[in-house]
Amino acid sequence: MKPQSVPERLTKNRFLLDEEQCHIEVNQEIAKATGSGQAIVACCPAHVYTEEPDGTISVEYAACLECGTCLAVAAPGALKWRYPRGGFGIQFREG
Amino acid sequence: MTETAEPDFEVIVIGAGIAGCVTAYQLARQGRSVLLIERGEAPGSKNLSGGVLYSRGIEQVFPGFLDEAPVERRITRNYINFLNAESSVAIDYKDRRLADPVNAVTVLRAKLDAWLADKCEEAGAIIMPGVRVDRVLTQDGAAGKRVIGVRAGDDELHSHVVVAADGVNSFIAKEVGLRTNEPLNHLAVGVKAVVRLPRETIEARFNLTGDEGAAIAAVGDCTQGVGGGGFLYTNIDSLSVGIVVRLDDLTAKKKVVTDIFDHFLEHRFIAPYLEGGELLEYGCHLVAEGGLHMIGEVVMDGMVVVGDAAGLTLNTGLTVRGMDLAVGSAVAAAEAIGSALEQKDTSRAGLARYRERLFASYVGQDMKTYAKAPAFLEVERMYKQYGELFADVLFGAFNLDTQPRQHLVRVARKTLARSPLKMRQLIRDGIAGARAL
Repeated sequence: MKPQSVPERLTKNRFLLDEEQCHIEVNQEIAKATGSGQAIVACCPAHVYTEEPDGTISVEYAACLECGTCLAVAAPGALKWRYPRGGFGIQFREG
Repeated sequence: MTETAEPDFEVIVIGAGIAGCVTAYQLARQGRSVLLIERGEAPGSKNLSGGVLYSRGIEQVFPGFLDEAPVERRITRNYINFLNAESSVAIDYKDRRLADPVNAVTVLRAKLDAWLADKCEEAGAIIMPGVRVDRVLTQDGAAGKRVIGVRAGDDELHSHVVVAADGVNSFIAKEVGLRTNEPLNHLAVGVKAVVRLPRETIEARFNLTGDEGAAIAAVGDCTQGVGGGGFLYTNIDSLSVGIVVRLDDLTAKKKVVTDIFDHFLEHRFIAPYLEGGELLEYGCHLVAEGGLHMIGEVVMDGMVVVGDAAGLTLNTGLTVRGMDLAVGSAVAAAEAIGSALEQKDTSRAGLARYRERLFASYVGQDMKTYAKAPAFLEVERMYKQYGELFADVLFGAFNLDTQPRQHLVRVARKTLARSPLKMRQLIRDGIAGARAL
């Protein structure tokens, strides 16, 4: 099988994007102070998080596969993460 | 004892996974009014598992399950593998007895869970998809908080009993204090691809006929030494392939999870299985690995917790289980809820039978039997040195380099002396393994 980047892989999935509400919010100060920023970048299978040159963490919530790993890894207060609103987000066809 | 006189439903189940569906199905069959709420656009659309379901329990719930439900292949080949960078040492266990009666099947949850929800509907449960439960409704009573229903957006729905079947993250159980955040050594992340291949190609590559299936499990270099393992399961015309890695080790070693996933798929002994395949879907899932230590309170006034939400998963080293435990917990919960409703006592005491039933069943018994497995599987040596040691001993035996041969015991002793492993570690791990697994 050809090697593929994560964004290429994600194009195979079915997502219903909630354009009105983002379900993820990073507290940049706590993320930086605790090292949680780098930890959530490394542990996310969907590459939702990116560390920008200025050290802040940007969020591409549309790619989220909703596993909750980032929330488990992040220090208290560094991340607000919940499931998207009903009917939105990843919709697995295989599972 | 305080029950709302006329609630909207007798039971509200949050989450249409295996635990939620089996609970809802059993209660609907008892004639109870049941609402099953699912946040995905359709049941199954948020659900993902590695893919092996030990099926004897669910067959008791749905007679004819194997013929009617959308299952993939019947596992008759278990391939347990120490996968090093350049070598691999495996046990290849094939057994016709595993097919008669069938012991385990591969499943794809988007398909299976949709079928389960249909069964619930047929039995009389109301399914409400596309709705996220934001929180449970509670009431302060003499004995503390009592759950009396759920809130979703602006809607409030009341019930005698709420079943939290909302998966491993269980925001519901956490919200009411039944579960706390787990330490990272009790959690792992699974990353998985479903790869399409022609049926005949799969049967030829894995040496299978008909609906037989194979399950490959690997530890070692395949996860770049991070605690956890790789898996490769055969479906009818696709493969489920991926990794599961422990979060404490992943973060401590500062590894990028997708690098480990790529490394496994590109591994010289894994890539040939995937050759020519087409990616169908890419997903992931958080996995509870704490075993018995993760099961907290599963009952409170007006609510029970089932399946992944209750921390019911078990990695014994050889078998990795979750879905069969979800079934077992659902059966125990449905029975307890049924009798609590009959007695008109859905307080914590009235529902306490769930916990008793759970621990009397294979679920609780097996969680106890393997209580030491999680700690044993945290032994670092499992993920690097042992695989290499086994391969080096075998290399010493097979590599006929025109030098005079030595007895195998001698080869093994010399290999061990060269390895970073110590004899006493080997003995200690051997004894710990025998006790844990």
